Amino acid sequence: MHDTGLPTGTSGDLVVDIAGLTRVEGEGSLRLRVRNGAVEEAHLEIFEAPRYFERLVVGRTPDEVIDIVARICGICPVAYQMTAVHAFEQGLGIPIDPQVRALRRLLYCGEWIESHALHVYLLHLPDFLGYASALELARDHRAAVEAGLNLKKAGNRIVELIGGRAIHPVSVRVGGFSRTFLKTEITSLREPLAAALEIALATVDLVAGLVPPDFQREARMVALRHPTEYPMNEGRIVSTDGLDLAPTDWLSEFQEGQVAWSHALQARSRDGRPYLVGPGSRLTLAADQLHPTAAAALARTGLAGEIRTNPYRSIVARAIELVDAVAEALDIVEAYQPPDRAATPWTPGPCTAAWATEAPRGMIFHAYALDERGFIADARIVPPTSQNQAAIEADLTIFAPQVLGLPSDQATHRIEQLIRSYDPCISCATHFLQLHVEDVG
Amino acid sequence: MTSQPWVAPARHSPRAATPRRPRIGVVKFASCDGCQLTLLDLEDELLAIAERVDVVEFAEATSRRSAGPFDVLFVEGSISTEEQAEEIARLRAVSTRLITIGACATAGGIQAIRNWFDHDAIRSAVYPQSEFVESLAMARPVADFVAVDGELRGCPISPAQLREFLIALVTGRRPQLPDEAVCLECKRRGVVCVAVAKGLPCLGPVTRTGCGAICPAYGRGCYGCFGPREAANTASLAAWFSDDRSAHEVARLFSGFTAWSGPFRTQIDAHGGPPGPGEPKLERPDA
Repeated sequence: MHDTGLPTGTSGDLVVDIAGLTRVEGEGSLRLRVRNGAVEEAHLEIFEAPRYFERLVVGRTPDEVIDIVARICGICPVAYQMTAVHAFEQGLGIPIDPQVRALRRLLYCGEWIESHALHVYLLHLPDFLGYASALELARDHRAAVEAGLNLKKAGNRIVELIGGRAIHPVSVRVGGFSRTFLKTEITSLREPLAAALEIALATVDLVAGLVPPDFQREARMVALRHPTEYPMNEGRIVSTDGLDLAPTDWLSEFQEGQVAWSHALQARSRDGRPYLVGPGSRLTLAADQLHPTAAAALARTGLAGEIRTNPYRSIVARAIELVDAVAEALDIVEAYQPPDRAATPWTPGPCTAAWATEAPRGMIFHAYALDERGFIADARIVPPTSQNQAAIEADLTIFAPQVLGLPSDQATHRIEQLIRSYDPCISCATHFLQLHVEDVG
Repeated sequence: MTSQPWVAPARHSPRAATPRRPRIGVVKFASCDGCQLTLLDLEDELLAIAERVDVVEFAEATSRRSAGPFDVLFVEGSISTEEQAEEIARLRAVSTRLITIGACATAGGIQAIRNWFDHDAIRSAVYPQSEFVESLAMARPVADFVAVDGELRGCPISPAQLREFLIALVTGRRPQLPDEAVCLECKRRGVVCVAVAKGLPCLGPVTRTGCGAICPAYGRGCYGCFGPREAANTASLAAWFSDDRSAHEVARLFSGFTAWSGPFRTQIDAHGGPPGPGEPKLERPDA
């Protein structure tokens, strides 16, 4: 079950199996089919058991849905809660107090910090430095891993304060929050965030100095774009090839479906083209909206172009977004004034509701139909990894041939490192299926 | 909880001259990864813990893999496929202590709501070619399949309880995990009762403590993440809920992340079952 290797097939064909991807969230594996040195097919296989969330939310109230969809992912529960709550408020026409909006952005910043610090230090950095895990990395570079853990802790502290706990927070409600927050509570975050900003800036220097494998390609990228802020809770869906959609209209351009050679649900444009979401896409499409501190850090690296073309540079993109999220969180903390009430009162009723936000690992889209009494009648939930799967497979098709000549453990390592670059969250991908792969014959 | 020692004796004893570090595994089945993430969220203790135990299997955190044996195996997630049922049996055979972590592993999790409904109907509503989706008719807790030596409740588990468990593990004592109601923790925290003062439905009186009574502290009723406490009088609470709520609403209140646990399930059944899966209304994914 845990073996890796490159068994040679017959008649010039090669089947590459990387069984049991590690340092990703959830369970998956990769199968490549190679003929005469060219990759014919690259299939990410997912063995994560289906949990049927779209049906589990039926018959529930919008507030119950906010609790339930968090459980799709323990790493990014806030992304699911934010996407759902914005969708319901859009569908039901509920106005939100500006300070509630600021608190939600602060909460989302907390999750970005926690998730990105986890990925950069615990999941991805060991690849670049030749270790099997951050625990082993810590034996030789303890200070670096401790700094990463402290950065992660600052993100968790925000989510714990606003949400009650770091994973599956409890306070997000339609119309606002379940309670108000005193100014002194919010300003208690000032000191840990100021320390985190120093770590985040040092992280940029650390990861910008890592040497990535040589790989260039032009991917089609999609992200939210907002006129005045780096995309998180709000924005229009834009792409590197000129798309410009309201965040409610994902389904007008994209659709999930099963492709001929597998039975996996993948999101693509309706004309079949894959696309990439995530930190690289956001920086490519919205770098001009970065917090000035993060914009300066990006400029110092000189890597904006490479972030677009080399997926291994996503670790730099995450570090820049760490600076952005910490700096923005600090600004929100400084400017915070308690809202008059915790939540805007609202009346349940029928509607269709939809929204897109930016999870740490990329854009996420929800759509709901609410019945006459205001209960959920149906749901569509499209996580980032479902959207990235086709683009990851396309990148693997380009990249894999250049490492297949290496010894098998090295080739496996390089390919796994590439897959980790996208921060795939397989637990999130509610409708990833196990793939059926044809024999090479 | 078992009365057996938490770490196998003699050669594992922390008092031995050169104690062997316990071999720890962390595995997952159908779940969100949040409970195993709680281990990585022990930022202040993580590196010290890693020095005291040998983490030999933890796919989310390390590329080193092990199929066993394990002195202690932490298991996240419900058993939802035939393959998982076979794998948990194999893991049980190579683990001295098997500890379930979180609501999915201990009670089936939110996905156990589907246990009340026709599996094929749910499957075909989510997947256009449902014949390729493998899952068992029910999502069930680990203890339905193999013997379990201990459990950490919660959705997610509590970092404090995990810390206590790990300290107990490396020092060779039994962990102190209280079985009282959320209400007691709520009182100690000085929170005004949301059920009495605001009339909010709250599962605190029947739910095991451990979370820190965060929901009442954040102005809402407990929704039962940690599952029923021992001798939970859910019938009495359901009767109180019924004073001003329909049976449908009462069933919904118990239909959370530990719905499949006995005392909650009884009330869901007595009040007409959980919210139903319905028929698709929105455009479906392409076949």
